[in-house]
Amino acid sequence: MEKTMHSSLGLTEQDVIDMYYYMLLARKLDERMWLLNRAGKIPFVISCQGQEAAQVGAAFALKKQKDIILPYYRDLGVVLVFGLTPKDLMLSAFAKAEDPNSGGRQMPGHFGSKKLNIVTGSSPVTTQVPHAVGVALAAKMRNEELVAFTTFGEGSSNQGDFHEGANFAGVHKLPVILMVENNKYAISVPIKKQLPVDSVAVRAQGYGMPGYSINGNNPLEVFQYVKEARTRAINGEGPTLLEAVTYRLVPHSSDDDDRSYRSREEVEEAKKQDPILVFKQYLYDSGVLNDEKHQAMVEKIQREVDEATEYAENAAYPEPESTLLYVYEE
Amino acid sequence: MAVISYIEAVTMAMREEMKRDNQVFVLGEDVGVRGGVFRATTGLYEEFGEDRVIDTPLAESAIVGVGIGAAMVGMRPIAEIQFADFILPAANQIISEAAKIRYRSNNDWNVPMVIRAPYGGGVHGALYHSQSIEAIFSNVPGLKIVAPSTPYDVKGLLKAAIRDNDPVLFLEHKRLYRLVKGEVPEGDYTIAIGKAEVKREGEDVTVITYGLMVQFALQAAEKLEKEGISTHILDLRSLQPLDKEAIIQATKKTGKVLIVHEDNKTGGLGGEISAIIAEEALFELDAPIKRLAGYDTPAMPYSPPMEKFYMLNPEKIANAIRDLAQF
Amino acid sequence: MATKVLMPQLGESVTEGTITRWLKQVGDSVNKYEPLCEVETDKVTAEVPATVSGTVIEIVVEEGTTVEVGKLICHIQEQGSVEETTETLPIETKDTEKEQEKVSENAQQDKKLNPHLNRDEQSNVRYSPAVLRIAQENNVDLTQIQGTGLGRRITRKDVLSYIENGLPVLKVDQTLASKDQMKKQQPETKKVLNQESESKEVKISPAENEAGIKIDNLKVEAGDQEIVVNNVRKTIAKRMVQSKNEAPHAWLTVEADVSDLVLYRNKIKNDFKKKENFNLTYLPFFIKAVVEGLKEYPIVNSVWAEDRILLKKRINISIAVATEDALFVPVIQDADQKSIYGIAKAIDELAQKTREGKLTITDLQDGTFTVNNTGTFGSILSAPILNSPQAGIITMESIVKRPVVYQDMIAVRSMVNLCMSLDHRVLDGLVAGRFIQSVKQKLEDMGKKEVSIY
Repeated sequence: MEKTMHSSLGLTEQDVIDMYYYMLLARKLDERMWLLNRAGKIPFVISCQGQEAAQVGAAFALKKQKDIILPYYRDLGVVLVFGLTPKDLMLSAFAKAEDPNSGGRQMPGHFGSKKLNIVTGSSPVTTQVPHAVGVALAAKMRNEELVAFTTFGEGSSNQGDFHEGANFAGVHKLPVILMVENNKYAISVPIKKQLPVDSVAVRAQGYGMPGYSINGNNPLEVFQYVKEARTRAINGEGPTLLEAVTYRLVPHSSDDDDRSYRSREEVEEAKKQDPILVFKQYLYDSGVLNDEKHQAMVEKIQREVDEATEYAENAAYPEPESTLLYVYEE
Repeated sequence: MAVISYIEAVTMAMREEMKRDNQVFVLGEDVGVRGGVFRATTGLYEEFGEDRVIDTPLAESAIVGVGIGAAMVGMRPIAEIQFADFILPAANQIISEAAKIRYRSNNDWNVPMVIRAPYGGGVHGALYHSQSIEAIFSNVPGLKIVAPSTPYDVKGLLKAAIRDNDPVLFLEHKRLYRLVKGEVPEGDYTIAIGKAEVKREGEDVTVITYGLMVQFALQAAEKLEKEGISTHILDLRSLQPLDKEAIIQATKKTGKVLIVHEDNKTGGLGGEISAIIAEEALFELDAPIKRLAGYDTPAMPYSPPMEKFYMLNPEKIANAIRDLAQF
Repeated sequence: MATKVLMPQLGESVTEGTITRWLKQVGDSVNKYEPLCEVETDKVTAEVPATVSGTVIEIVVEEGTTVEVGKLICHIQEQGSVEETTETLPIETKDTEKEQEKVSENAQQDKKLNPHLNRDEQSNVRYSPAVLRIAQENNVDLTQIQGTGLGRRITRKDVLSYIENGLPVLKVDQTLASKDQMKKQQPETKKVLNQESESKEVKISPAENEAGIKIDNLKVEAGDQEIVVNNVRKTIAKRMVQSKNEAPHAWLTVEADVSDLVLYRNKIKNDFKKKENFNLTYLPFFIKAVVEGLKEYPIVNSVWAEDRILLKKRINISIAVATEDALFVPVIQDADQKSIYGIAKAIDELAQKTREGKLTITDLQDGTFTVNNTGTFGSILSAPILNSPQAGIITMESIVKRPVVYQDMIAVRSMVNLCMSLDHRVLDGLVAGRFIQSVKQKLEDMGKKEVSIY
């Protein structure tokens, strides 16, 4: 990484420190949730670990309160940047009434907040791609200057909804950014058994849009490509497909054991490229960050995570009878 | 008041709503220049332009999925599925997404969208242009289902569906499109979703039905009146939610209930309606609840005698009513 | 052969079309599949081809006219043919009788599959939930209602109209009649009902039950079997209770020596059978004796009517005929005008009708006195219940050989007991005693005198 890459992208020192802060916050929150799960306090965790750079880099390239995002279940980094707080996410993990995502109705990782422009998600994968295209269609019809940004895994790029949505967006030249977070595994199935091509990005060609495969461990590179895609979209040049190549550092979920399908050596090797370590080094090398500042940041994050956990654990569950609410408008 | 056909009422409702609210738009296959394969969107493209009458790529899941996305940010899409038989690629979008978005987001997001689908047989449509699909979707809370039987109801219910803040599956019986004409006011009116209507008052047998079968039941009732049998006909109009109160009242009227639907018998709405009556109105019953429904074959065949064998008609309905009357 | 060309269905959901232009005129020849005319529907505009080769001989629908699918639009004279008109039908309207038959067969099948709609099922004692509820809410005794539903089932409408119109209560005689007879006789039944309902209506308040048993105290134990009481049984019960409660019964029994009658009957019975083709039993002799006795003592042939006693002129003998599950009491009309043969013949016919369920209303009405042949059950002593409102009933018990004092010596004689119940409001012991003595005398004499059968 060039030492001054961020400034050539128009990012200030504070911007990159903030980027790092969100990446680290996502990582620490995620680690805490695993601990809570292993302690029997929350039933389920699905992880962002290893993908924070792609997520935070992309989110920084978007306009909060303007652009509309349709994240997938690993996008802790994206939704933190867009305004969900550690407390919000812990409330979701504990399935408490105050959870702004779903009021404790959905599993963790199913983000949503209308006021933060985060569209509610589900578990069947890739259904959000046509939604993103629909959001973009509405923006185009209303002449609104915004983009729809959606993410999904490389395995999900096999779903019909990806292809139908991408095609629709291509035909109608809609302002939508489709970002694949290629973490190499769809649960246990490696990419070579998912795709007959080396990169998801080449699929863009079939839908009349540019496609780029980029280094998902570098938040600045992701920032750069998403920003360019956004500019194209706003200029009426249509959608972009990005493939941010990353590596999933932990099992698929708290219910998965990845030792059965990948070697420890492979994981250890990947950890050397852990985006948090790589970006920390970049910030040190660039003179933006030092041990003292870093320590302060870690302690701040630790406090935030502790407070969020404490609050969520003690928060009230939803009323059982509220199960019956909001099937239809009331 | 103009006398117009069922399909003209569909067009009229959409045109008036598109004029009233510029968030309303139409998307689907062949809905633009062609005006729809059944001509339901005739004239809309010319009047509102290609941005609001969108010819989509041939991909049902995208038609519905894109509609959901637009609806979530405040548009009011009317998605046309060319034939109800082809709705299944979009089933995941309808069932997992549209129907659950309000619930799963704890009332934060909602999907004000209409999915129009021509359904039903008797048009030489064979296996894949004749199906009734309502039962598949009637087990999906969060989705509303409407199936009108007259031009008047079409207009009032379609307008209500477009203005509804939840997803509505609007089922149009394609045999009715040009078979039935009726008086439809030019002006604005809506009919509440979830309200059934008594289409004929009678004393001997109650028929509970919807869609094309309402028309057939009315014909049967006309014929039976000459035999001294008086038929009470309840048109459900909405299939989800069902108008339980109206079902119970109609049961009370005669104590003898015949449920008619073209959809397959097993797992069809008749079972649900029967259960409502059994649970809520046992002591009103004067005869076993009877169902007259499509056979449990995968769909109706193309060959005319086979189709005719499968399809219900006024005569079959009259026979069933007569049996109950004599019980 | 002239072929009819009909408006085809151009497209799904299309029901009519407008002929915009005829491409062939009358007199033009046309090849099969050559365009005949242009038709516009709201889905398509299309050329309609000829379905046969020939000459257009008539255009039925003018240009600019809109007609329904399936309507005749023109005639084509087929090459080399003259007579008969055939139709080339669009599929939509093809409605041959065969297909119609299939459809109704289909409906028939559906019907068979519904066990509840079996026409032969007798369901007059099974009530629907609606019928039970309405009956309870309105204190209606359902046994009083005649069902008009399948198998005489009482329908919801029957109960409602009963409540609304206060339709007359069924008379006993009707409920006793068999179901076939019921159907045939319905109009007559109603007439009878209307005439007699005022004076003979039987009203039982719902609080009471026919047998007067306190139902609440009945204990049903394991192994007990509950038999649902049907209408016939209920009617019998009601009548018996009524008679037993209203008429003060008194009993008389005499014994008659019928040795001579036994000999006499044995002598003639074979010939009789050969000649008349049915058995000659003792009952006609007995009835004959009763009828003669009634002629002597007319007061016995009477009816209690609260403020008066009605002496009946006609002598109509009710005879009890039991079937497996019910008791019928058909009537030998004008028995006083019949010979022994005539009575025998009447008994035979009534018994047969009862067994076959073919009794008519007239067979069951207007009895003035009842004779019951309890001897057939082997009984030697009975206390019969009056067949109200009649004043008397008499039984003929089993004829048994017994040692008796006969002409001051012990002899074995054929003896029979005659048991009589009388309505003590009408009759006193004196007249009843005289009557029964007279019957005994006549019976004993019949054998001695070898009375004429005819």
